[in-house]
Amino acid sequence: MSATVTREQVQPVVYDALAELGPEKDQITDAATWEELDVDSLDLAELSQVVEEEFGVKLKGDDVAKIKTVGEAIELITERAGS
Amino acid sequence: MRRRAVITGVGAVTPLGAGARTLHERWTAGVCAIEDGLAPCADFDPTVAMTAKEARRSDRFTQLAVAACAEAAAEAGWEGGLPYEAERVACVFGTGIGGISTIERGTDALHDGKNVSALSVPLMMGNAGAAALSMRLGIRGQSYGIVSACAAGANAIGAAVRLIQSGEADAVVTGGSEAALTPLSKAAFAALDATSEAGISRPFDARRDGFVMGEGAGVLILEEAEAAERRGAKILGEVLGYASTSDAYHLTAPDPQGTQAANAMRFALRDAGLEPGDVDYVNAHGTSTPLNDRSETVALKAALGEERARAVPVSSTKSAIGHLLGAAGAVEAVATLLALRDRVAPPTLGYGEPDEGLDLDYVPGSARPLTARVEDGGAPRGAVGMSNSFGFGGHNAVLVLEAA
Repeated sequence: MSATVTREQVQPVVYDALAELGPEKDQITDAATWEELDVDSLDLAELSQVVEEEFGVKLKGDDVAKIKTVGEAIELITERAGS
Repeated sequence: MRRRAVITGVGAVTPLGAGARTLHERWTAGVCAIEDGLAPCADFDPTVAMTAKEARRSDRFTQLAVAACAEAAAEAGWEGGLPYEAERVACVFGTGIGGISTIERGTDALHDGKNVSALSVPLMMGNAGAAALSMRLGIRGQSYGIVSACAAGANAIGAAVRLIQSGEADAVVTGGSEAALTPLSKAAFAALDATSEAGISRPFDARRDGFVMGEGAGVLILEEAEAAERRGAKILGEVLGYASTSDAYHLTAPDPQGTQAANAMRFALRDAGLEPGDVDYVNAHGTSTPLNDRSETVALKAALGEERARAVPVSSTKSAIGHLLGAAGAVEAVATLLALRDRVAPPTLGYGEPDEGLDLDYVPGSARPLTARVEDGGAPRGAVGMSNSFGFGGHNAVLVLEAA
């Protein structure tokens, strides 16, 4: 994929994808944890599919296990998409 | 004396609407839910019984199951939690096909070169209904699905009864669910000539030409009788008897002699400790297919004797809601119980032209009061009904129910 994917491009995609999975829109912030959003492994599998479709980035189980917040996920996706 | 399985809660979502009483009252009043040759649960809203997130994680057949379960659990007084140790409660739940709309969506995505949903497996699996009910109520005893086509709902209830009788569980949440009004399953049943070209369900009528597909779910809460009494539960009735046999005759056609269907009825009556003369009402499988309705009539005569078979009212719920496949046996057990409680024989709707040899009392026209004995040797006795379910593959399952 293009090396010009920015954090500003990734954030809305992740926020929209999360909103589809259940959390209220105003709950979704960079600081919010998966636990606070009631996002579990099945949700993250769905999120990974959206991210892969949009940015061509594959998030594996191990990657996802390490990240605990929305912001960390956005950083990881931006970093991978840019590499 | 063996442990007895009493019914303390029932729930249903059917094409006649949400609720077990809705099913009973509308069918008894003669309302038919079939439109354009199908019987969908048109007004069903899954979020009445589950969150939007739970609904996303459930195929429609599971959503229907959870809604019916919520009603049954509320009636049983289980809303505040299980009244027994979680490991002593089980869930046995039937379906004919499972999450077929999920399978079809996944296949479409695959063919379109899109990602197959990460939720596909947990939604499509045939045990998803059992899993959802176990999680919802915190059931931690055994839970699993039962798959026997259109006998699944009745087989599930029978298996649940055995768990209570054997002492493996003190309570079981059971029933069946189906949501197969999808392009593939409609085309598949039509290709077998199983469904009605006229789009009319008229069981036992000379003009019948196949079944009408419906969808829905039925749930029963069964509890061991003494435990239910100790906790002061309201007891609606009892599963007195159950038996299941196999035709070993043909993949889809019933044995025209109805030999094993008749045996299932005989064995279920024997299991209940009853005689044919004790049966006040028969809820027939009555699919409206040429083959089933004939062989079931033959089997009823063989099992009950010609005289008793002609005297007892026999009606088919499928005349009002179509064929709910793996949910049929459970929904019909619920309908049977409520009919017995109200001492009414609901009608076989649409029945007008008698067919040669199909000469039982199919309750044509409208519902009528059930003539049932109120006591047996001085002991009070509820009305007794037999509910038949037969599935492709030659599966026969018969339940004998008594109203409290």
